[in-house]
Amino acid sequence: MIATYAPLFMLLFFAAFLASVFYVAATFLGGQKKPNPGKQAPFECGSESSGGRHLKLSVKFYLTAILFVVFDIEAVFVYPWAIHFRALGWLGLAEMLGFLAVLVVALVYVWRKGALEWET
Amino acid sequence: MTATLLLATIVKILIMVMFVLNLAAILTWADRRQSSMIQDRVGPNRAVIKIFGKELRLAGLLHPLADGLKFFTKEDFMPPNADRLLFTLAPIMAMGMVFTLVATIPFGDTICLHQFRLFPDFWHVHTGPHGELLDGVERWGTCAADSRNGYAPLELVVAPLGVGILYVFAMSGQGIIGAAIAGWSSDNKFSLMGALRAASQMVSYEVTLGMSLVGAMMIYGTVRLDDMVRWQQEHAWGIFVQPLAFFLFFAAAVAENKRIPFDLPEAESELVSGYFTEYAGMKFGMFYFAEYAEVVTGSMLLVTIFLGGWALPFFHRDGLLVQFGDTTLLRVAIPHVFVTLLGVLAFFGKVIVVCWIQVFVRWSLPRFRYDQLMKLGWRLLLPASLANILVTGVVWLAVDKAGSAASDGLRIAADVTQAVVAMAMTYLIGRGVVGMFGTVTHERNIIGTSAGIAARRGGTKTEPMQA
Amino acid sequence: MTVLTESAARAGVDPHLAPASLDPEADLMLLHFGPQHPSTHGVFRMDLLLDGEMVLKATPYVGYLHRGVEKLCEKLSFVQQTPIVDKNDYVAPMTNEQALNMAFERLLGVEVPRRARWMRTIFAELQRIASHLLWLGTFTLDLGGALGGGTTLFMHCFRERESILDLFEEVSGARFHYNTHTIGGNRHDLPAGWDANVERALRVIESRLGEYEAMSVANSIFVARTRGIGVLSGDLALELGITGPNLRASGIDHDLRRDAPYGAYDELPVRACVAREGDCLARARVRVDEIRESIRLVRAGLAGLPDGPICGFKPIRQPTQVKIAGGQAYVAIEGPRGELGTFVVGGGDPATAPHRLKIRAPSLHALSAIPYIVPGHTVSDAVAILGSLDPIMGEVDR
Repeated sequence: MIATYAPLFMLLFFAAFLASVFYVAATFLGGQKKPNPGKQAPFECGSESSGGRHLKLSVKFYLTAILFVVFDIEAVFVYPWAIHFRALGWLGLAEMLGFLAVLVVALVYVWRKGALEWET
Repeated sequence: MTATLLLATIVKILIMVMFVLNLAAILTWADRRQSSMIQDRVGPNRAVIKIFGKELRLAGLLHPLADGLKFFTKEDFMPPNADRLLFTLAPIMAMGMVFTLVATIPFGDTICLHQFRLFPDFWHVHTGPHGELLDGVERWGTCAADSRNGYAPLELVVAPLGVGILYVFAMSGQGIIGAAIAGWSSDNKFSLMGALRAASQMVSYEVTLGMSLVGAMMIYGTVRLDDMVRWQQEHAWGIFVQPLAFFLFFAAAVAENKRIPFDLPEAESELVSGYFTEYAGMKFGMFYFAEYAEVVTGSMLLVTIFLGGWALPFFHRDGLLVQFGDTTLLRVAIPHVFVTLLGVLAFFGKVIVVCWIQVFVRWSLPRFRYDQLMKLGWRLLLPASLANILVTGVVWLAVDKAGSAASDGLRIAADVTQAVVAMAMTYLIGRGVVGMFGTVTHERNIIGTSAGIAARRGGTKTEPMQA
Repeated sequence: MTVLTESAARAGVDPHLAPASLDPEADLMLLHFGPQHPSTHGVFRMDLLLDGEMVLKATPYVGYLHRGVEKLCEKLSFVQQTPIVDKNDYVAPMTNEQALNMAFERLLGVEVPRRARWMRTIFAELQRIASHLLWLGTFTLDLGGALGGGTTLFMHCFRERESILDLFEEVSGARFHYNTHTIGGNRHDLPAGWDANVERALRVIESRLGEYEAMSVANSIFVARTRGIGVLSGDLALELGITGPNLRASGIDHDLRRDAPYGAYDELPVRACVAREGDCLARARVRVDEIRESIRLVRAGLAGLPDGPICGFKPIRQPTQVKIAGGQAYVAIEGPRGELGTFVVGGGDPATAPHRLKIRAPSLHALSAIPYIVPGHTVSDAVAILGSLDPIMGEVDR
């Protein structure tokens, strides 16, 4: 157990350490700070920005996130079956096909509902 | 034992992280160099270092170094309206997550070390008691059979987790967070749009990424990446048994890495720089670097699952065994440590080749539109990966139940694919070597007066360009 | 005006949409797109009202590159103006010079020798190839990204364009701002062996054009990005005064080279390249076809190039030599971007300069389509549409 997970946490620590070193080095080695109003303004192609912080965006983007949650959780159910698929045989395959059929129906449903239209 | 484990772990972490770190840096160079070759330009060649009065250019290889130095010395800028905490966290998350991905990716077969010696016995050949070659060269193995004789296994993977690929999925999913909070915290409309594009694109392709591998898991019967490689070594490479999944996974991986033709989050012709518009200096550099590091880790995953990982055709634990079905053509015993190290080199070599292919893809395609990208993911790749599961299941079970004749046929077919791979690798390496020594011809279509005069005087530069 | 509102209504677009009339809770975003933006082809600004990625209203703003060229021309003598207008459409200087000098010639009643007319035609067609090649490169840059496949075609197109600039350099000594047209003809005769060089360059371009087509109009991603995007109907295009490839891509068969021949076009029949769809892909196809047609015309022009003098006006010794007391003239030629016209009123003060000079820039009219064809598309499409209209800001703002 410890032989498996100790290296993992060492790697996680090392990765965080490495990224932080880069960031801290960038902060301390970086050139002199010379702020001016033009530099401080949010970049918007040289025009004055309208709106402000905490911009709101269309709800369509969140729909995608919800779809992801739905379909990715389905995928989690498929993995254990995939590992033992040969042992489960035809019956297991049929059951999984039933499950995937539900998934496909869901996909077709959101498709027909227009959730997979991003240009409008 | 614990000290040995600790030391081994540190060495393994350093090998993996340094490989990702250095290959990512070299990949920035390769990207620019390859693009210049594709586009008939000279490419980066101006970074120069003076050693003992000699100028060293190394065909522009010093440019990543110069870029890194420049990034560090740039002004550390933070927009006044930005969310300070998230703005700080974003590059750290983007970069840190990439290195965590390598934890469960094996870069070599389990190496059998002698417990009582400090260094591996390089010359140890598995022979019988009278010095004759053993009857069957082991195709692969942990060191279980030998542990009685004082051999201990050393797994060439940072953390041999049982969950294997699921860990990789979990971690690669975190990559979204870096891009999303970078864009959100910047208080810039282009950044925000880039972040939203990044988030929705990456979650969409995450689904395909996961689903396309189900077929591979069904065949390999495991989620452990090293067992997947062993299956491929034993039978055939994943690209032969799951060709559709290979392409689905490749497309989804390129989309996850946010590279052309899927680089919408940073689409510079639309969103200026996308989610990192407001980042400067090394903080931008960290995103830039993370992108290349993701290419490397994505390639590692692709190589492990579909291109045989460390496996080389016909190389088994204790030597070379060319065998078709039951017909053995060649059997050569090679020290186990050599075979393993050759496998490590093969793994890193394959990763480099796959990275290189991604560079080619990048410089030859235009980019999709946002809605086309999403439709491609949800309407084409996702149903295709579902269909892949269905076809794989039916075919695999049918073969399973068909009896020994079918499995013998498959056995031989698998060996043939190994032969095909061996020949293809030999050919490509041979072509590479021949190309290396071949002469380079460059035809120029110089017509104009000043260009013609310059050409007659031997180029526009007095010193030859190191191109 | 009615056609404008009608066709806009048919497309479901209100170009004069007032943001105040929209739902304030609808999370709309006003994005200033330009002037400092990688893909606005210079300094052009569009204000995009966005719902998510979707453009509800697009407002173009021009004038960031205004240099007062027309006013400047009222102060300079007729002879001095040629190098100034070179900088207008900085992608096709040859045709700028030609349009300006043809207007002066019409005002003065000067007859241009036949050889000079043929040479001007060859130059104009070579310039059209160069301009369209640059357009193809920058358009794929807009679609493909400056950090990806787009750049590849861009660099290749620039390489071929370079050979045409080399040809012009051989003639005039300058790669770009040639100043080779003058009142009554041309300044520089063709150097010896020039036609062989032209043939060499054309052969290279012709042989590689197929590859460029494969990378652009035949590439499936390119087609997906451009088909059905920014559809400009024929009547709307006519109403907005759009000319050139943009108009021909909308199904209006109109080409000044064929309909009102000038130069050598009365002897060199031109096949106008027309498409019906009016979308970005049609505009791209028309331009690629025009490169082929221009290659044919250059070859035909060189084959039939007559001998003789190259200038029908007395040699110009000093800038103030040409004086025009009065009268007015408008001459339009088919530039690479459409009807490139020069309107000149003589009798300025002093008489060596025009009283008024107006340049009709086809790019300005092309940009006027933006409020009508961009809404209803995404931000990415706005970039593609802008690129497909091929505007040159130096010409738009003058």
